Formats: sequence, structure tokens, C-alpha cells
Amino acid sequence: MNFSPVNIMGTMPEIYLTVLGCLLFLMEPFVPAKKRSLLGVFAIFSLVFAMIATFGLNGKGLPLYQGLYIVDPFSNFFKTVIYLGTIITILFSLPYLEKEEIHLGEYYGFLLFAAVGMMIMVSAGDLITLFLGIELMSLCLYVLVGLKRNSNRSVEASFKYFLLGAFAAAIFLYGISLLYGASGTETLSGLAQFVANPGALRPMVLAGMILTMVGFAFKVSAAPFHMWTPDVYEGAPTVVTGFMASVGKVAAFGVFLRVFWVAFSANRDHWSLLIITAAILSMIVGNIVALVQTNIKRMLAYSSIGHAGYAVIALLNPSRDSLFALMFYMFAYLFMTLGAFGIILILRRKGIEAEEISDFVGLNKKNPMAAFLMLIFMFSLAGIPPFGGFLAKFYVFMAAVHAGYTWLAVVGVLLSAVGAYYYIRVVMAMYMKDPVEPVEFTPNRMEGMALFVTAGMTVLLGIFPLPFVHYIETSLAILVP
Amino acid sequence: MTFLSVPILTFLIFFPVVASLLILPFYKKPGTEGVVKWTALGITVIEFLVSLSLLIGNNPHLYQMQFVENHLWIPFGNIHYALGIDGISLVLVIMTTFLMPMTILTSWVGISKNLPLFMINLLVLEGAMIGVFCATDFVLFYVFWEAMLIPMYLIIGVWGGPNRIYAAIKFFLYTLAGSLLLLVAIIALYFVGGHTFDITRLSGQHYGMNFQILAFLAMFVAFAVKIPMFPFHTWLPDAHVEAPTAGSVILASIMLKMGAYGFLRFSLPMFPDASHFFAPMILTLSVIAIIWGAFMALAQEDMKKLIAYSSVSHMGVVTLGIFVANTQGIEGALMQMLNHGITTGALFLCIGVLYDRSHSRLLSEYGGLAKQMPVYSTLLVIFALSSLALPGTNSFVGEFLVLIGSFKTHAVVSSLATTGVILSAMYLLYLLSRVVWGVYTPKSYAMPDLRAYEWGSLIPLVVMVIVIGLLPNPVLSLFHQSVAHLVGQMQPAPLALLHN
Repeated sequence: MNFSPVNIMGTMPEIYLTVLGCLLFLMEPFVPAKKRSLLGVFAIFSLVFAMIATFGLNGKGLPLYQGLYIVDPFSNFFKTVIYLGTIITILFSLPYLEKEEIHLGEYYGFLLFAAVGMMIMVSAGDLITLFLGIELMSLCLYVLVGLKRNSNRSVEASFKYFLLGAFAAAIFLYGISLLYGASGTETLSGLAQFVANPGALRPMVLAGMILTMVGFAFKVSAAPFHMWTPDVYEGAPTVVTGFMASVGKVAAFGVFLRVFWVAFSANRDHWSLLIITAAILSMIVGNIVALVQTNIKRMLAYSSIGHAGYAVIALLNPSRDSLFALMFYMFAYLFMTLGAFGIILILRRKGIEAEEISDFVGLNKKNPMAAFLMLIFMFSLAGIPPFGGFLAKFYVFMAAVHAGYTWLAVVGVLLSAVGAYYYIRVVMAMYMKDPVEPVEFTPNRMEGMALFVTAGMTVLLGIFPLPFVHYIETSLAILVP
Repeated sequence: MTFLSVPILTFLIFFPVVASLLILPFYKKPGTEGVVKWTALGITVIEFLVSLSLLIGNNPHLYQMQFVENHLWIPFGNIHYALGIDGISLVLVIMTTFLMPMTILTSWVGISKNLPLFMINLLVLEGAMIGVFCATDFVLFYVFWEAMLIPMYLIIGVWGGPNRIYAAIKFFLYTLAGSLLLLVAIIALYFVGGHTFDITRLSGQHYGMNFQILAFLAMFVAFAVKIPMFPFHTWLPDAHVEAPTAGSVILASIMLKMGAYGFLRFSLPMFPDASHFFAPMILTLSVIAIIWGAFMALAQEDMKKLIAYSSVSHMGVVTLGIFVANTQGIEGALMQMLNHGITTGALFLCIGVLYDRSHSRLLSEYGGLAKQMPVYSTLLVIFALSSLALPGTNSFVGEFLVLIGSFKTHAVVSSLATTGVILSAMYLLYLLSRVVWGVYTPKSYAMPDLRAYEWGSLIPLVVMVIVIGLLPNPVLSLFHQSVAHLVGQMQPAPLALLHN
């Protein structure tokens, strides 16, 4: 490994965040309990700082450390999304943690480290680096999910996530070792060369590829590896759920895409069927099981499984269309999911988090603003224009049709018509029924800002997406010829 | 053409949406209902007056899109913000802006809860509906087409009758499921038709027959649900019965036309060969709709349901005219769309007048209104006669043209469709004999005659019924060129082209 200035400079954002995250841990004992929110502000500034550093790197693709680490517009796009998502999460966390009495200083440190893990994932040019990133993210998330130490659900969720996550990691690692055994390399470019060689498709490579795919499918919670999602999403503190469902998923998709398009694009025929199966299963499970949920966090968990199904469709065919579709999807998905969880965590009935759909009954009577924002997020998640979720789905279907999978697009749209039902059920509860028990919706300034940003972006991505489309187009120049 | 230096079509689409923000300050302020109502009325009236300038600026001798606007909206996928209208969309836009003030007036006392939100919904809906008729980019069209669902869903679901939630969800899911296949067809067209969503450029190409058939079917579902054609109509009676009067009027008069508009704007010019191929099936479905809708209307006790089924029957005439695909047929269909909008809208308004007074729509609860409400009864009779296509009223022109057009090529179909006219006379005269004449019932006792706002909502419609009935030519000449061009595009392709 060569620690030349170029390499160091290229990984500066990660280094900043790691150092600042350590600093956060060190500062934590010296900050009085009442001023813990300052740590949150510090974390936000760290992220902004790292974001500026990332923008500074926005040049052409740089393979650093002999190809172990790749800094290119593609990874920078995902990093920007990760920063934005983490900042919004922190804005939501400050008051929420106070109310739930789990305001620990370490929270912010773990959040930053999780973000670093995700950044390493999307920049990884090598399967071991990738594994490091995934584990860094996962370990932080295990802790964050169990943050409510006094709540059985939270601890159970954390334990479940940890066990299943460890399994998935082991399977993933096994896949890597098979690939290494077959090809003698674990860098993505080396694997790509090896796979492109016609004699290379030995069972070992195929097995390794499938096992890595299982690992990714677990991380993006695509069926049939989705079982952990509803329980963990329900049990985790809502703000952590939002973070996992949005930012965590975005990062996992980024790396999923890079590995399969760079390393395995030569044997696309061998994995496209698996991707199609995962897509269809996820859309079916996500959209149909969500219909019968009464807990809105569980419902959103199934909805996120369904969304994973749509998004993996974009992995099928390595082309500009698909890449754009996936990046746009992730961008739009981040804001609408975070926003929806944001509403849930602000809403309280008798001081307790209101997480049943029945708690939303009649919301429009008391809090028209909350109801309207939730309406935006729900219709956007359902893919109804003029919101960002519509264009996201539109581009995914467009990519599918372009790749010759028109029938898959038809299956997708039909299932999204099924899925629309549970989203509009929330709108129905808010607008068309009379309130039974009063709920409070009192966002403070930070939460208000976060809601404003998420809702604003959801609308903007639907009616005036031009600047974001330009930004995404500049970010996809490198990866696809 | 511009208005206040905003291009006219953009103005028409976004003025009601933006102006609806004026109502926002009165949200949750009791005692401000008057201001809200007058503001909304003012906005829709201004919108109507501005839309009249389309008539002045329009050149009826051109079939091309006019008042064209075109900007790149989303570069990825070449999606444009492209607007334009020809004769066909022109009449529908004007009909929309003409009817919206009536819907505000009919909600004058009928809507008591959360009035500002209701008015905002109506205004947003107006903008989206005009957008549907003006969009010349397929994606933009789709955005308006679906965005329309959100306010309509709320209008039915929040301000509707006792079973409103069921009706609202049924309406939403039916239309959504239909439209999503349209989305796939749009995307497929993009790749087949040369990487563009421009409607004009996508029309008039002769695509391969297999593609035409598949894409036609995908679009057919979307439009047939909206119209609604015979097997897809089950959402309509529910939605109509539960929706508040304004919602029923908009549904019947404007939204149902969008399906027919879709056939005229997309299916026929883009897939002419598939349209010819499927015409026998659609003509059959139309005739079934005409007769079956009429029989169902005969059996109804609820007045709104009666009119809802009569809509199914009348829209059957429209699809019949469209798919005989000659000039008379299509012109007749367009006339029928316009007239159905005016007449059925008026009938729903009339039912709303009764419902506001006695909260019942059952035929059995009324009788002898001619004595109690002479003015109202007169108007109701005029609208009912117009609806049964009495010569001299507007609907006669449309139905007659459709029947002539279809008789030339499909004499049997045409003869069967004629029975629809007779049946419509049966159910409408039955309605009149129960409500206007007949014996007094307790409900109809001491019902005051029309109030000022009700005069305002009904008189313009009576005027239109008679004016169009006596002088249809100025209206026909508006879309004559566009229809002629459309019929030209429908010429069957040489066989060689189809098999490439």
C-alpha cells in the first residue's frame, strides 16, 4: 500500500469524518447532558465539511491505493446523498432522542461512523475494502437499533439484526473467498478481466457471485432475504429506522451496482435471471404484505422491500438509462422515505410515538400541515405524479423497456397499482375519517427544517428536476462507456 | 398569444393552481366562508373569460396545434414541457372553464366542512384537467392525467356521502390500474417511435401491426376505464352517488371526456391499423353500453345513479362515433362529448338543488314539484329533453351525426344504437313524471324555488343547450379541420408497410 499524497487527498472526506467522529467520542464525557444537542450540531458541521471536501474531488475517476479504492463522480454522487441523508437524520434526531430519553452522545459518533462505512462501500474497488465498509456500517447500525435499551422490541430487533446480519456477512465473505480462489484477485477490475475470459465461468466463480449477491440482497432487503426488515424497522428507534431505510439502502444499492456492473458485467446472462427473480419476489412481497399491516413502520418496511424490487430492475442492463434510473430512484427515495419517517417520529399520542395507522385518523382536522406533508410522501412513494417518486419509477420502467424487459415493466406497474392501496389508505385515514384521540404534532425548528427539505425535494424532483438531472448526468459519465 | 405576458395555455393551467393560494389564509378561520366562495368563483370566472381569448386567437382553418409552447423539461429522456391545442382540445378546454364556475356555485351551501380545502381542490383539479387537454408531450400528459386523481380522490372521499371512502378508493384504484398500463405503452412508444414523447411526431407513423395491437390494448384499458366503457364502468355509479354535486359534475362532464379525448388524440392517430382491427369489438361494446346503460338507468331509484347509468349509455354513443372513424362519426362524437358535458352536468346540478333542500335523491320521495318549484321544474324538463336528444336541443346534433356516420358503414350497429334514444326517452320521461308531476310527497312540500346562486349555475347551461341546439355550425367549424386531418391519418396503411 502506498500512502502517497494523491491517495491521502482522495480519501480526505473519509479521514475527516473518522477523525471528527473519534473527536465526538472524546468530547462526549465533557459535555453536560443538557448540552448534548451541541454534539449533534458538531456532527452536522463535520458532515458539511466532508461534503465540501468531496465536492473538491469531483473530477475524473481516480483509482487510489492500487485500485483498492475508487473516487469517481459515481461514488461522489452517492457520498453526497449519504451526507444529505445523514444531516437530515440528525436534524430529526435532536428532539426525538430527548423525548424518548435516549439522548446519548455516542449516538452521533455511531451515525458518523456508519456514514463512513457507507462511503467506503460506494468507493470500494476491491471486495475486501467493500467488506470492511459493510461491516463498519453494520456494526454501527446494530448498536443504533438497540439504542432503546429499556425497550424489549428495540433490543430484540438489534439482536435479530445482528444475528442475521452476521450470517449474511459470513455468506458474503464466503463468496469473496470463492471468487478469490478461482481468480486469484479480489479487485473489481481484476475480477472483470478474469470473468470476461471465456474459459473462466467455472462453478466456483458462479457460486462466489451468487453468494455475494445474497449478501447484497440482504443489505438492500430484497426478497427472499428480506425477513429481518419488518421486525428491525419496527423495533428500532424511528429515527434510526429512517436512517437505515433511506441512507443505508442507498449505499447498499450503490455498491451492489458497482460490483455487478464492473466485475460481473461479462456474465450478465448468468445473473440476470436471479435479479429478475429477486425483483419480482420483492415487488410481490413488499406490495402485498404491506396491505395488511396496521403498524405504519412495518408498512413502510414492506414498502421499502417493494421499492428494493423496483430499484433492482435497474441493475439488469448496464446502460446509461439504467444507471440514471437507479441514481434518480435513490435520490428521490431518500427524501420521501426520510420525510415519511420524520412525520411518524414527530407525531405523538399522549407523549408516546404514534406508530399505528389508526393514530393518523383524522389528522387533517387537527394538523392540516402534517397531514398535507404526509400526503405528499405517501403519493410520492406510491409513484403518483407530480411527485419525485413518479419520475423515479418512470425511469426504472423506461430502463426495463429499453433493456427488452417490457413484461417486467408490466408486472411492476400492476404491482404498484396494488401497492397504491396501502399508501392511499393512510391518506384516507388522515383526511376522510374523524379523529378519535388527539395527537400532537409539534415539530421544533430543526425538525421543521428537515421536513421542509424532504417535502420540498420530493415535490421539486417531480415538477422541476432539471438541476438534479444535470447533476446525476454528470455523475454517470465514468462508469458506463 | 400571451396573457399578462404569460403564454396563454400555461396561464390557463397554472392560474387556478397558483390563485388557489389566495384561499390558504382563510384556512380554519370560521366566518370567512363568504370570502372563500367569492374568491374561488372569481378565479374560475376570470379563468373562463381568459379562455375565451382562445376562441379569438384560434384559426379554425388549421388542423395543426396552435398556441404552441415548447421547452425542454427533463433532458434525460427528452421530455418536453410542450403545450398546444387544436380544434378538438379547444372545445374541451372551453367546456372545462365554462363548467367550473357552476361547480363552485353548486357548492355554495352544500359544502359545510372545510370549505377552503374543497375550493383549493377544485381549483387544482381545474388546472390539471386543462393540462390534460393541452399537453402535447406524452409524459406531461401522463403527469396531468394522474395528478388529477389526487384532488378528485379527496373530493369524493372527504366531502362525499355515507359510503364515500369505498367509492373514493374504488375510483382511485380503477383509474390508476388502468393508467399504469398506459405508462408502459408510452415508454414503449418512445423507443419504437424514434426517442421522442412528442405526440405530433408519434402520430401518423405506421408502426408494426403487433406493436400497434399491444400498445393499443394497453391504452385502451386506460381510456376505457375513464370513459367508462361497458365492462369497465362499475366504478362510475359508486363514484357518482357518493361524490358531492360538484364532484359528480366534474366527473360526468369533464373527466369522462378524457377517455374519449385519449382515443381521439392517441389511439386513432398513433395506431390507425389497430383501431380498424379492434373497431368491431369496440362498436359492439359501445352498443352494449348504450342499451345496457339505458336499461340500468330505467331500474334506478336513486336519481344520481339513474343519471350515472345514462352517462354510460351516452358515452357509448361517443365511442361508437369515434370508432366508425369517418368525419360525421367523429364530429358527432365530439358534439356529443360537449353536449353530454353540458346536459349531464346540468342534470347533476339539478339533483344537487333537490339534495341541498331535502338530503334525499330517491325518486319515490319526490313528486309534484311543478307546483312548488315552477322555475326549477321548467329547467329540469329542458335538460331532460335535451338529454333525450329532442331536436332543437344540443344533444340532438351529436347523436344524429353519430347515427348518420355509423349508418353509412355499420347499418346494424346504427339501428341497434337508435334504440338507445328511445330508451333514454323512457327513463328520462319516467324521471320527470315522478319528480315534476305525479303526486305530492311530504318531502317535496314547502321546498323553496331556485335561489340566486342556483340561477347563476343553471341559466348559462340552459342558454348553451338552446344555442348549440339551434346553431351547431359555429361549434362544428371549430374542430372541422382537426377532425378531417384525423380521419386522413386513419387511412389504412399499405400492407407492405405493416409487415416490415
